[in-house]
Amino acid sequence: MTERLDGPQAPGGDELAAGGSPGPAETDSDVARPPATDTDTDTDTGADTSADTATDPHPADTTGAATAPRPAGGTATTRLGPSPKMAVLFLLPALLLLAAWVIYPIIYSIFRSLFDAAGDRFVGLENYAAIFSDSGTLTTIRNNIIWVVVAPLIVTVLGLIFAVLTERIRWATAFKLILFMPMAVSLLAAGVIFRLVYEQDPDKGVANAVITTVHDTFSSSQGYPGARPRENDQAPVVLKDGDVVTRQPVQPGQQVLIPLVGLKPDAVKDATPAKTAAAGGLSGTVWLDVVHGGGGTVNQIDGTEKGLAGVTVEAVADGKVKATTETAADGTFYFSGLPAGSYDVRLPQSNFEAAFNGLTWLGPTLITPAIIGAYIWVWAGFAMVLIAAGLSAIPRDALEAARIDGATEWQVFRRITVPLLAPVLLVVFVTMVINVLKVFDLVFIIAPGSVQPQANVIALEMWRVSFGGGGNQGMGSALAIFLLILVLPFMIFNIRRFRRDER
Amino acid sequence: MRKLPPLQIGVAAALALAAAACSSSPSEPATTGGGTASSEAKPLAGVTVEVAAKWTGDEQASFEKVLKAFEEKTGAKVTYASTGEDTGAYLGPRIQGGNPPDVAILPQPGLVQQYADQNALKPLSPEVLSQIDQNYTPYWKELGSAGGKVYGVLVKAAHKSLIWYRQSAFDDAGVQEATTWDDLIGKTAQTLADSGTAPFALCAASGWTLTDLFENVYLSSAGPENYDKLAKHEIPWTDPSVTTALEKMAQIFGKKDFMLGGSSGALQTDFPTCVTQVYGQKKAAMVIEADFVAASVGQSGAQVGEEAKIMAFPKAGDTAPVVLGGDVGVVMKDSKGAQALLEFLASKEGGEVWAKQPGYLSPNRNVSPDNYPNELTKKLAETIISSGESVRYDMSDLAPSAFGGTDGKGEWKHLQDFLRNPKDIKGIQEKLEADAAKAYTK
Repeated sequence: MTERLDGPQAPGGDELAAGGSPGPAETDSDVARPPATDTDTDTDTGADTSADTATDPHPADTTGAATAPRPAGGTATTRLGPSPKMAVLFLLPALLLLAAWVIYPIIYSIFRSLFDAAGDRFVGLENYAAIFSDSGTLTTIRNNIIWVVVAPLIVTVLGLIFAVLTERIRWATAFKLILFMPMAVSLLAAGVIFRLVYEQDPDKGVANAVITTVHDTFSSSQGYPGARPRENDQAPVVLKDGDVVTRQPVQPGQQVLIPLVGLKPDAVKDATPAKTAAAGGLSGTVWLDVVHGGGGTVNQIDGTEKGLAGVTVEAVADGKVKATTETAADGTFYFSGLPAGSYDVRLPQSNFEAAFNGLTWLGPTLITPAIIGAYIWVWAGFAMVLIAAGLSAIPRDALEAARIDGATEWQVFRRITVPLLAPVLLVVFVTMVINVLKVFDLVFIIAPGSVQPQANVIALEMWRVSFGGGGNQGMGSALAIFLLILVLPFMIFNIRRFRRDER
Repeated sequence: MRKLPPLQIGVAAALALAAAACSSSPSEPATTGGGTASSEAKPLAGVTVEVAAKWTGDEQASFEKVLKAFEEKTGAKVTYASTGEDTGAYLGPRIQGGNPPDVAILPQPGLVQQYADQNALKPLSPEVLSQIDQNYTPYWKELGSAGGKVYGVLVKAAHKSLIWYRQSAFDDAGVQEATTWDDLIGKTAQTLADSGTAPFALCAASGWTLTDLFENVYLSSAGPENYDKLAKHEIPWTDPSVTTALEKMAQIFGKKDFMLGGSSGALQTDFPTCVTQVYGQKKAAMVIEADFVAASVGQSGAQVGEEAKIMAFPKAGDTAPVVLGGDVGVVMKDSKGAQALLEFLASKEGGEVWAKQPGYLSPNRNVSPDNYPNELTKKLAETIISSGESVRYDMSDLAPSAFGGTDGKGEWKHLQDFLRNPKDIKGIQEKLEADAAKAYTK
C-alpha cells in the first residue's frame, strides 16, 4: 500500500525531470537563486519542517517537491552548484526505483483488476461492480467511512488539547515523551496489547476491569447469579420473564418447595443445610437441589443440600404482590397472616441478576469503536508532537497583545491560537485521513475471527481476497485501485498545500 | 504521513505472500512422462532420497527414526528437509526451479490435486498401490488421486472425532461419558449445567473448530455417502440432512448455560484458549476438538489420561463418526528410492516403526494398536480401525479454501453466525449454499 500511495508523487518526479531540461537555457542570467534557496529553508522551519519530514521522509520525493516549483518560479536565474545534467544523473536511480516499485505496480494492478480470479479471462469492470454488490465488501466500505469520519477528527482534537496543555506544565517533555511512546510500538504489537485490553473477562481485560470496578462501587450485585429452576416438566417452579414462579397456585397452609440448580455446590459450601419449613401460614424452602458428586433425589430436600439464604420471596395474587419476605439461613420462608386464597410464590429476577461483567468490546457491535480507540492511543501522541511544533512557531506577541487587551484564555485559544494553527491542524487531519483509509494491522489483530466480517476494512479485505484464502487477485486488484482512488483526493490536496507553502 | 515501519512490514509480508502465490501458480513443464518405476525395491545401496515435510522438533525426530529404519532395510540414504508451516510456499519455488524433493508430505489432500494439475507429481508405483490396497480403505485411495491416477497416500492422521473432558468436573457433577448425542446433550451436559459448571468451552473465534464439530455431527447423522456428496458439493447445503445436523448443533448453541460465557463469550475465544478454560481455569467441563489438544492440555498443567480424558464423539445418528485430518505423502521425482520410501511408509512394517514413537497416529488399518506407546493413542487407533469404511477426511479441508478455510468467509463465517443466532437454520443454509456454489464453480 505504501508504494501505491506514493503514486501521485511520481508525476512530481517526472515534472522535475522535465523541469530540469529548460533549466540550462536560463542558467546564465540571474543571481537571484541563492536567496531563493534561503527562502526555502525559511519556510521549512517550524511547523512545516515536521510536517514535511513526517509526510515526506522519502529523499527522492522531497527533492522532487522542492525542485518542482523552480520552473514555476519563472524568472531566469543563475545556478550555483552542479549542472542540471548532473541532477538528472543523480535522480535517475530514484526515478528508476519509483518506476519499478510505484508506477509499474499501479498500472499492472489496473490491468489485473480487469481480469478474473485465474487471470486469463477478461471481465471488464465486473470486479468493480462486485465491490458494490457484495454485502461483505459494502460493510468494509461502511467501516472505512466510520473510520475516516471519526478517527482523524478525534486524533487531531486530542493532539491539539495535549499540545496546548503541555505547553503550560512543568514536565512537558516527559509528558510528551510518554504520549509519543505508543508510536515506537509497532501497530502489530499495539494490536496484541489491545486484544488483551478488550478481553471480556475482567480478570484479564483492563477495559472491563476498570468498568466493572467503577460499576461495583455504585451498585454491588447480591444474590445468586446463575441459579435457575431445573428444566423439566416435574419441576415445581418455572422461569417466567426472568422470575422464578411456582407452577401451580398455592394456598396458605401448604409448604412450597422451590428447588434451584445452576450453582456450584462448592459456592454455597458453608451454608446451612436446607430444612423443610414448619407448617402454618404459607411457608416453604428455597434450596440448591444439587449434590456434590451427583445423586440425591430430584426436587426433594436431601440431607446435605444447602438452603439459599437471603432470597426475596413474594406472594402474588391477581398480579399484585400481597406480601414479601426473605429466606432464613436454612432457606425457609414464612408468610404470616395471609388471607386465605390462592397465591403464586415468586422469586423476583433481582435475586438472580448476573454480576456486571463489563462490555463485550470484541463483539460485533463495539468492535469498530474499540479498534478506533486503539488507533487513537497510537496516533494521538504523534498529532500532539506535530501540533506542538506548530504552536511553538506562533508569534507570541499576538497572544500577548490579546491578553493585554483583556481576552480570556478561551478567547485567546479560540480566536488566535486555533486560527494561527489551522494550517498545521489541516496537515495533521489530512495525513490522518490518508492513514486511516489504509488501516489494516489493528483490525487484523484485534478483531477475533468471528467478528472480522463486522470489523473488516477495505485494505484488509483486499489482502484477504487476494492472498488470505480467497485467491482472487483480480478482485484484490480492483479493491486496491478503489482504495487508491479514495486516497488520491487527499494526496493531491496535501501536495498542493506543500507547493503553496513553498512559494 | 504515509510511511510507517509497521505498515512497511505488513506490505513486505504481503509482497512475500504475493511472490509465493505467484511462484506457485504457473505450471511446471513435465520432465518425464508418467512411467512407473517397477524395478526391485531393494537393495538401494548408494541411492539418495530427499523427503520434505512440515514437521519439526519431536515430530521430526520421530519421523527420522522411521527414515532410519528404511535406510537400514534398503541401504538408501535419506535426507530430511523441513518445509516450515507453509508447505506450499516451500515447495512452489522448488517445483518451479525444477528441483523438487523426491518425496513430499503434504498437509492437505487439496494440494495433491493442485500439484497434479501442475504436473509436479508422479503416479505411485504398483508396489505402493498394492500396499495401499492392503492397508487402506478405498476412500483413502480416492483421496490421494487426481484425474484417475493415484498420487498420494495418507501417512499420518489426526483424529478429530473426540471430546476432551475434565475428570474432576465429571466427578463433581456425577456424570459419565456419553455414547449418543442425545445422552451427551440431555444427560451429561444438562447435569453439568445444573451443577453450575459450563459443559462446553467452544473456541468459536477459530472458525475451523466449528467446522470440525459440524463434520462430526453431519457424518454421524447423515452417513458417509451424504458426507462425500456434500464434500464434493453434489448435494446442496440446503439439503434436509444438513438441516438435521444444524438442528443438533443448535441444541448446544441455543442454550447459553451450555457454553462458557454464552455464545458471545464463545465467539471471542480463540483456539487453544478454550482448552485453557477447561484445564487451566477449570471453568468448563468439555472441549470438542482433535487429538492435538493434548499439547495445550499439557501447557495448562493437566495430565493426559488422568485429569484430561477423552471420549469418542458420540453417535448423533447411525454412524459412529471418525473424522481424520492428516498428511499425504507424494512422489515428486521419479526415482526408485522415492517410490520405495513411500511404499515403506504405506506398509504395515513402516507404520509400526512409526507407531512406537509418541505423537503419531496411523491411518493404516493393519498397524496394530498394541504398538502405540500410550493408552490414549491406542484407543484412538482402535476407533479408526473399528470404523473401517466410514472413516472420513476433514470436509472443510477438502473444500476450496475460499469456502472451507478462510477467516470471515464461507463456512467459517456462517457457522459463527449460526452460533450467534441458532434460530435461523434455513437462512444459514441458504447463505452456506450461496457461498459454496461460488467457491466450487471456480
